[in-house]
Amino acid sequence: MDANVVGDPATDEGGDVNFLQQALNFIFTADNWGGKAGLGARILEHLQYTGVAVAVSALIAIPIGLLIGHTGRGSFLVVTGVNALRAMPTLGVLLLGVLLWGLGLLPPTVALTLLGVPPLLAGTYAGIANVDPNLVDAARSMGMTETQVLTRVEIPNALPLILGGLRTATLQIVATATVAAYASLGGLGRYLIDGIKVRQFHIALVGAILVTVLALLLDGLLAGAAWASLPGTGRLRRPIPQPLLDDEVLLEARPRGRTPDYSGSDPSPTVEGW
Amino acid sequence: MRYLLTHLDTAWALTLIHLRLSLIPIVLGLLIAVPLGAFVWRRPALRRIATLTASIIFTIPSLALFVALPLIIPTRILDEANVIVALTLYTTALLVRAVPEALDAVPAGVRDAATAVGYTGLGRLLKVELPLSIPVLIAGLRVVAVTNISMVAVGSVIGIGGLGTWFTDGYQADKSDQIVAGIIAVFLIAIVIDVLILLAGRIITPWTRTSSAIRPRTKVAT
Repeated sequence: MDANVVGDPATDEGGDVNFLQQALNFIFTADNWGGKAGLGARILEHLQYTGVAVAVSALIAIPIGLLIGHTGRGSFLVVTGVNALRAMPTLGVLLLGVLLWGLGLLPPTVALTLLGVPPLLAGTYAGIANVDPNLVDAARSMGMTETQVLTRVEIPNALPLILGGLRTATLQIVATATVAAYASLGGLGRYLIDGIKVRQFHIALVGAILVTVLALLLDGLLAGAAWASLPGTGRLRRPIPQPLLDDEVLLEARPRGRTPDYSGSDPSPTVEGW
Repeated sequence: MRYLLTHLDTAWALTLIHLRLSLIPIVLGLLIAVPLGAFVWRRPALRRIATLTASIIFTIPSLALFVALPLIIPTRILDEANVIVALTLYTTALLVRAVPEALDAVPAGVRDAATAVGYTGLGRLLKVELPLSIPVLIAGLRVVAVTNISMVAVGSVIGIGGLGTWFTDGYQADKSDQIVAGIIAVFLIAIVIDVLILLAGRIITPWTRTSSAIRPRTKVAT
């Protein structure tokens, strides 16, 4: 793609180690990092698409999730909506957006937002709906207003799941922001997609490696945040939560989530049952 | 919409490719993840390793994995096998965590009852505990199926077949109706597969249809 890509154009097959070596050489060459089309600029573009889309998804999904989780009305809408939105093909929406609105930040933002809303909505809703009902009743009986119940009791307790949703959303968006390059936009997809197009596979590999590193870094960061948000004492001894898609599985498996906790309750409580 | 109706033949052919690429990994993933998940279930150290590995695999972006797999396994670049292997990895990664969690959720009373009527070890696992974990597995499978279908669609930017080619072709030819047709088609097959998995789950777990107090019931998303 660039004139500074030297190295013999490897053939289609074989030379696997060669590709990796060439890709790493490319990444660890300082010349490839600077400039308008350098690695540094591409990473920033990638983070920009990701950040904007995550922010817009959060602005849409979190209020809706809070409202439905708190009132309990329209939970059917969440489950159906999450399923339907997840079935929406991001690439199709992005390319249609480019044809309709032209190039710019709007098409990737819309397409990636559609990707980020389902996990955030699922996480927020499941988080609020899973708060112990006794806790909510206790808060009400102490005279808290509905707003206070939401902001002081439900949100703090739901925070791990909300952040779990944010983590899943960020992960999917940062991974998929790659396709923006297909619509002549920037980001790390430029390397991945251009590399395939001109059959310079080591360039494609540069994109693949950097997107993976970026995803792992962001995920680690958000995992730390979700872990720090666990309420109560003794969280330092608990393992880091691993929500990823689990919050959505949770949503589907236990929509209202208020089932008794059977986990690890050996020996069985059969005798004291009556 | 008209594009879809006038190109039903092509749509059907592309749908078959799309389903092949996204559903074979689900079957393979299930075959790997259920025994593996059951095996690590009561082995905390192994379970922790499995969970951690699964999380890391899940974090790798799919497009990156499609491109990088030929380095790790002896397949050719841009081969269908890469897609199938990559999506099998994702499916396994999700399910290998869901299986032990589902087994954890089997009520202790049921387990005791099974022991009391003479089930032990593997028999209890196969006849009592695994069947009871089906609803959670089905929930996981539905997420995986829809995710796989959209990943295959995204794969068309690096030359993977399926309905996603309507996006890239439509974009190159500046035909928005072709892209719209593609969106509708991908959306439809995702919904159809989702509903089919849901129905299959309900058929093989007849006890969840009766009013049962001991199972967390699966939600019907229709």
